[in-house]
Amino acid sequence: MASRVLGRGGGTAVAGLVANNVDPQLAQRLARQLGHGSAVVTGTNGKTTTSSMLVAIARAAGLDTLANPSGSNLMRGITSALIDASGLSGSLRDADRLGVLEVDEATVPEAALALTPRVIVFTNLFRDQLDRYGEVDTVAQVWRAAVAELPESTTLVLNADDPAVASLAGDARGPVLTYGIEDTSVASDAELGLDHAADYRFCLACGSELEYSAAFYGHIGHWRCPSCGRARPAPDLSASQVELESNCSRVALQHDGEQLLFELPLTGLYNVQNALAAAASAVALGLPHEAITSALGSFEPAFGRQERFDVDGREVLVFLAKNPTGLNQVLRTITGDAGVATRPGWARHFLFFLNDGIADGRDISWIWDADYELIAERARSVTVSGTRAEELALRLKYADLATTPTLERDTARALASAISATPPGETLYIIPTYTAMLEVRELLAKRASKLPFWEQAS
Amino acid sequence: MSERRLRIAHLYPKLMNIYGDRGNVLTLLRRCRDRGIDVEVDELGPGDTLASDAHDLIFMGGAQDRDQRRVSEDLLATKGPALLEAAESDTVILAVCGAYQLFGKHYVAASGEQLPGLGLFDCWTEHPGDADDAQAAAGRLIGNVVAELLAHPSTGSGLKEAAAEEDKPAIPSLSRGGGLTLVGFENHGGRTFLGADAQPLAKVRSGFGNNGKDGTEGVRYRNAFGTYLHGSLLPKNPAFADMLIALALGDDQLEPLDDAIEDAAHQAALKLTGRRR
Repeated sequence: MASRVLGRGGGTAVAGLVANNVDPQLAQRLARQLGHGSAVVTGTNGKTTTSSMLVAIARAAGLDTLANPSGSNLMRGITSALIDASGLSGSLRDADRLGVLEVDEATVPEAALALTPRVIVFTNLFRDQLDRYGEVDTVAQVWRAAVAELPESTTLVLNADDPAVASLAGDARGPVLTYGIEDTSVASDAELGLDHAADYRFCLACGSELEYSAAFYGHIGHWRCPSCGRARPAPDLSASQVELESNCSRVALQHDGEQLLFELPLTGLYNVQNALAAAASAVALGLPHEAITSALGSFEPAFGRQERFDVDGREVLVFLAKNPTGLNQVLRTITGDAGVATRPGWARHFLFFLNDGIADGRDISWIWDADYELIAERARSVTVSGTRAEELALRLKYADLATTPTLERDTARALASAISATPPGETLYIIPTYTAMLEVRELLAKRASKLPFWEQAS
Repeated sequence: MSERRLRIAHLYPKLMNIYGDRGNVLTLLRRCRDRGIDVEVDELGPGDTLASDAHDLIFMGGAQDRDQRRVSEDLLATKGPALLEAAESDTVILAVCGAYQLFGKHYVAASGEQLPGLGLFDCWTEHPGDADDAQAAAGRLIGNVVAELLAHPSTGSGLKEAAAEEDKPAIPSLSRGGGLTLVGFENHGGRTFLGADAQPLAKVRSGFGNNGKDGTEGVRYRNAFGTYLHGSLLPKNPAFADMLIALALGDDQLEPLDDAIEDAAHQAALKLTGRRR
C-alpha cells in the first residue's frame, strides 16, 4: 500500500502516455469490458475522498473495483489504470468489476466518451487552478457540453446545494439524482452572508444575485433566484441531521423513505458533502443502503485528506488545501467555526506549505481570498514553507497572528521545525498544496506511525 | 500632522473578484492604518452610482468574461461619466485586468463582436478567440510577470517624479532603489494595444504584459493606472502601493513602514520566470 501510494504513479503515467499515443481507443476498449460498468467522480473539491468512499461502499456491497490512483485523473492516468489491470492479451484480467474513476474537471468530455459511465457525479465547482482553466466558467461550459452528449443510460448525480452544479440538470438526457444538506443548524451565520471565495453568487439563467436561506460554505447552500424563481431542487438524498465533532461527523441520511445513520470518521461539512456524493452515486448504481452505512462508518481517510499520524506523542494531521474554498473549510473545521465541536484548551500548531508547481496552480493570488484570519488567536505556533513561502508569510502578516510565523523554505527542515515547536500531547496541523502534500507525506511516513482513527486522543 | 483621511471606492467587489484582487484593498487599508491615516471603503455594486468627487482612490479588479459583460453595461450607465471626471481631476484609479480592459476604448470579443469601453484609457483590447476545446486556456496569456515601472512622461527621470508636478517634493518611499519593479501574475485572453499617445505603465522584463508582443505592461493616464497584474499586486509591491496612497492624499511625507516581509516576497517573485510556453 505505502509503496504504491508513495510511488506517485510516475511510471503508470508514462505507460498511459505511450498508450494514448499508440491507440486512443484503448481506454474505451478496456472500459467496455468492465462487467459492472463504471462511475465517474468529478468536481473541484472532494474528488479523491468521494471516489475512495464510493470504492469502499462498492466493496462493502461485495463488488470488486477498479480505480485510478489519486491525482492520476487526466486521460492518461485513467488509461494507465485500465492498462495496469490488463494482461498482455489486451483485455482486463478480471473484468467482473466496477470502475470508479476520479476525473479532472476539464477531462470530463474525453473520459465520458471513453467510459460511457453508468453514473457521473459532479461534486462542486469553485475557482481552482485558474492558470490551467483560465476561468471557472470555462469548466462550467465544458461540463454543460459533456452532459448534453451523455447517453440516456447515464445517471447524473448532482449537488443540489451548488447552483453551478444543480443547473446541469437542465442539459441532462438521462435520469438525474440530487443530493444536499437539509440540516441548516450547520449553516454559517446568516449575518455574514457568503464568503469572498463564493464563485456563483449570481443566477446563471438571469444574472440576479442569488438569495441564500442557509449558506454552508463558498456558494454551497440553500439558494434561490429572487427574479426568475430558479431554486435549489429538493434533494433525492439528503442529510437531515449533521453533528460535527472534532474528529468525526454523525450523519442521518434520508433516501426513499428510509433513514441511514452513520458516524463518519472525518470532520468538516465538506466531508459530509463528500459522503452525500458517494452515497447518492451508490444509490444511482443500485448498491444497497447497508453497504453505504457500513462503508462510510468505517471509512479511512484518503491520501493527505485528514490523515492522522503520531510523531513521538504528537498528533499530526494533514489537510490538503489548494483553493480558497477548500482552505476556508479546512480552517473553519480546525478552529471550530464551522459548527465543529472542539476540545477546550486545545493547543493547535500550524505548518502551511504554498507551492506553485503546475499541479498546485502557478497562480497563488487565491491566498488573498482565503480567511487565514480564522487562526489569528488560535494558533500557538505557525511555520510557513514551500516555493512561495515568502508570499504566504506576507499574507499571514495581514492576518495579525498572535504568534510570529517561522519561515523555512525547505520541506524537511520546515517539518522538523514545526514538530519541535509542537510539544508532545499537542496537535500539529499540516496544510499543504498538492505537490507539498506528496513531499510532506513521504517524510511523515518515514518518522511517524499512522494513527488508526479509533486510537485518536479525544 | 493634520488629520489625514483616504476615501476608497471599491467597484463591484462581488462581481470583479475572482483572481484574488481583494488583496489590493487590504494593502491600501493596512498601509494607511499603520500610519494613522483614516480610511473608509465604499463598496459599489451594480446600480450604485459613483460621485466624481467622493473618493480619493478608486479600485476595480478582474473577473470572468461573463461577469465582465454584466458589469460593462452597468459601469457605463451608473459610474462611467463620474469615473471620467474623476480621472481628469487627478483622482487615483487602479484598474486590474478586466477593469483595465473595460476602461479602454473598446473590446473585441472572441466572437468578433465589438463592445464599447469607457474610454478612460487610450487603448483597446482584442480577444483572439478560443481554441474551442477543453484546454481553452491555451490561448490565454498566463504566468508570472516582472516589469519595470516607467518614468512619468513629463519628467523622464524616474518614478519619484510622478508626484513632482506642481513643485511637490519627491515621495521619500518612492525614491529608494531608483527604477522600481512590479511583480505579479497575469491571466488574460484579451490582448491590449495602446493608442499612439498612451503611456505604458511598465516595461515587461519577463512575462507577456499587454499583448505579448510590444513589451509594454499596463497604461497610465494622469493618476489612473491600468494593469494586468494580479498576485495580489499591491501587497508585494509596497512602493507602488505607497505611490498610489501618496498621490491620493497629495501627501509627499508618507512615513516609511517596516517592509521586511513585503520586500522578501517581492525579491522572491523577481526570481520567478514569466513565460512558460
